Amino acid sequence: MNIVVLIKQTFDTEAKIQLTGDGKVSDQGVNLIINPYDEFAVEEAIRIKEAKGGEVTIVSMGGDKAQEAIRQALAMGADKAVLISDPALAEVDHYVAAKVLAKALEGMEYDLILTGWVAIDDQSAQVPGRLAEILGLPQANVVTKLELEDGKAVCHREGDGAVEVLEVPLPAVITAQKGLNEPRYPSLKGIMQAKKKELKKVTLQDLGLSAEEAKAKIVGYQLPEARQAGKVVEGEPADTVRQLVEFLTKEAKVI
Amino acid sequence: MPGPLDYRLSDEQLALQKMAREFARQEISPVALKMDEEEELDPFLIKRLAEYGLQSLNTPVEYGGSGLDAVGICIVLEELAKGCASVAVTSAATALAAYPLLLAGSDEQKKRFLPPIGEGGGLASFCLTEAEAGSDAASITSTAVRYGREYVINGTKAFVSNGGSAEFYLVFASTDRSKKAKGISAFVVPRGTPGLRFGKKLRKMGIRAADTREIILEEVKVPVNNLVGREGQGFVLAMEALDLARPGVGAMSIGIAQAAFEAALNYARERRQFGKPIGDFQTIQNMLADMIMKVEAGRHLVFQAACKLEQGLPFTKEAAMAKAFASDVAMEVTTQAVQVLGGYGFIRDYPVEKYMRDAKIMQIFEGTNQIQRLVIAKQLFA
Ligand SMILES: Cc1cc2nc3c(=O)[nH]c(=O)nc-3n(C[C@H](O)[C@H](O)[C@H](O)COP(=O)(O)OP(=O)(O)OC[C@H]3O[C@@H](n4cnc5c(N)ncnc54)[C@H](O)[C@@H]3O)c2cc1C
Ligand SMILES: Cc1cc2nc3c(=O)[nH]c(=O)nc-3n(C[C@H](O)[C@H](O)[C@H](O)COP(=O)(O)OP(=O)(O)OC[C@H]3O[C@@H](n4cnc5c(N)ncnc54)[C@H](O)[C@@H]3O)c2cc1C
Repeated sequence: MNIVVLIKQTFDTEAKIQLTGDGKVSDQGVNLIINPYDEFAVEEAIRIKEAKGGEVTIVSMGGDKAQEAIRQALAMGADKAVLISDPALAEVDHYVAAKVLAKALEGMEYDLILTGWVAIDDQSAQVPGRLAEILGLPQANVVTKLELEDGKAVCHREGDGAVEVLEVPLPAVITAQKGLNEPRYPSLKGIMQAKKKELKKVTLQDLGLSAEEAKAKIVGYQLPEARQAGKVVEGEPADTVRQLVEFLTKEAKVI
Repeated sequence: MPGPLDYRLSDEQLALQKMAREFARQEISPVALKMDEEEELDPFLIKRLAEYGLQSLNTPVEYGGSGLDAVGICIVLEELAKGCASVAVTSAATALAAYPLLLAGSDEQKKRFLPPIGEGGGLASFCLTEAEAGSDAASITSTAVRYGREYVINGTKAFVSNGGSAEFYLVFASTDRSKKAKGISAFVVPRGTPGLRFGKKLRKMGIRAADTREIILEEVKVPVNNLVGREGQGFVLAMEALDLARPGVGAMSIGIAQAAFEAALNYARERRQFGKPIGDFQTIQNMLADMIMKVEAGRHLVFQAACKLEQGLPFTKEAAMAKAFASDVAMEVTTQAVQVLGGYGFIRDYPVEKYMRDAKIMQIFEGTNQIQRLVIAKQLFA
């Protein structure tokens, strides 16, 4: 079974977001990681490969730094990778991203496309759905358990207090949710072998595309307001309770 | 044209560091205090260590190990020691025992003995020290006498790391007492060999989870093809192995020191006295500044030694400097970290007193720091 895993490099979940002088998100001193949901997808793909054989190909769109995320996926056990990197892709929307990825997948042989259900940076959750539409493939999203039987995938989706079990024919686009698995660390040997694995870099031109007009443009970023200092209610218990209730109902309006 | 000194780690080295750091943070640190208290390594942890190749650092890939170079080994050992020095020492002692085989073992020997510690995930022990022969290792009295196709080994080895659970014991014994150092030879004694017995696990001040004990060899018979290198080559092999391993001892020392520094820095940010964080007092600021200066200086000495080793340059002096300086730094920095934590630093529920106890061994084993200074001076006057 050949699997393509789409990964995106994102900021570390603990990164402190700051804006540059011209209002863009600054990546100065920020730790970059594989989008955690994509990491579940990588792990799932490697487990399937270990059980059933086949090849795992990583596909990512991003700058040169994204190679680090790709190498990590290769060190975990993926076989080869494609990095789509082009200055014209610096600011794309999800429409363009899906279109470029679909083009990059042309000519690849796969039985399954796995990726995270959402990227923790822009939180759009749009690319997998759009990609599936372009490729005309069925999709199953936010999956916490995946079973493959010949020619089809049985996907578990957890809702509030219930589990939905979905069946899709392969190939399909399936997106991973937390709980799907526990991603491994790359082993030392895996890290040492990763640099010998194929990492192909392609530009838009290589894909036969020209700069695509984004349908949506980001016009600006704003940081959330700084958190106010906590309020301390002082006095006798009877009095402080009354003050606290008043605060919670009138000012904070949480009860 | 040589470029400026490049202090950056390569992408691959950063990946090693990240992996080992994550492993230490998630798998080692949570059980470190418990293992110290119980004076026992968590067997599940040792299994995980092996699974990820952290237990066979210097064993080449073709024998199932991770095949790291000296810099890679230092990067990994520093991170493991940050989690728990006992765990790092377990891995480092296995690497030390593998070095004589890597230096002088035949391909057949490597194929026989290395895979069990490579893909097999087992431990190995380096058995040089004896009760009456520590710093003066050339004065060992264990003997190996050849009878036909076998050697018969007799003797008692002191302070053997991984002593109770090694796949093989790299034993140094004299094949010719009259030749002193030049009569010492190296042998592989596999686990389970009749006549190989273990003493009780020693009760230690630090690295308490690590297994250190006496090994008794009584009429232990090994085939002649368990001799590593030639007869009489053993002492040189022991010294070369210790040289190769020394940057790693420096790296473990820096790992302990870094962990202590970080604990002290975090505490200084949060602990309030006299109405403000103690980190606002210049006294504490100076202590922390001194601590990090020394840690970073030590780390550079470690990497310098490892780089020279990798580049095939003379590195004996550099390795001795790295080991002695870094472990002196570890002792000093961990002591200061306890001081920054005040009374809480002295209590076993906080990790820093363990760092202080663990740091001490780094000044003692693999050649005491007094001996390292003799090594450095010998190079100066050479
Ligand atoms: C936890 C632990 C693990 C160990 N693991 C191993 C192992 O796996 N394999 C192994 O073979 N050994 C191991 N050792 C032994 C260790 O290497 C020795 O303890 C060390 O070499 C010092 O020897 P010694 O204890 O006999 O001290 P001694 O040599 O008796 O030294 C006592 C003191 O005298 C000083 N001294 C000695 N000679 C001189 C000199 N010429 N000039 C100035 N000062 C001198 C020393 O620096 C020291 O301060 C281990 C020890 C410990 C405690
Ligand atoms: C085993 C033990 C027994 C004890 N027995 C007793 C006892 O019987 N009775 C009792 O009352 N107490 C006792 N103590 C408490 C002991 O006296 C305190 O731990 C000590 O006064 C330090 O206080 P602290 O631990 O809160 O550290 P902190 O005061 O929080 O100090 C932390 C660090 O900040 C430094 N620091 C603090 N303020 C400043 C400043 N203004 N300028 C520069 N540096 C500063 C300190 O020197 C220290 O390095 C005991 C403690 C222990 C560990």
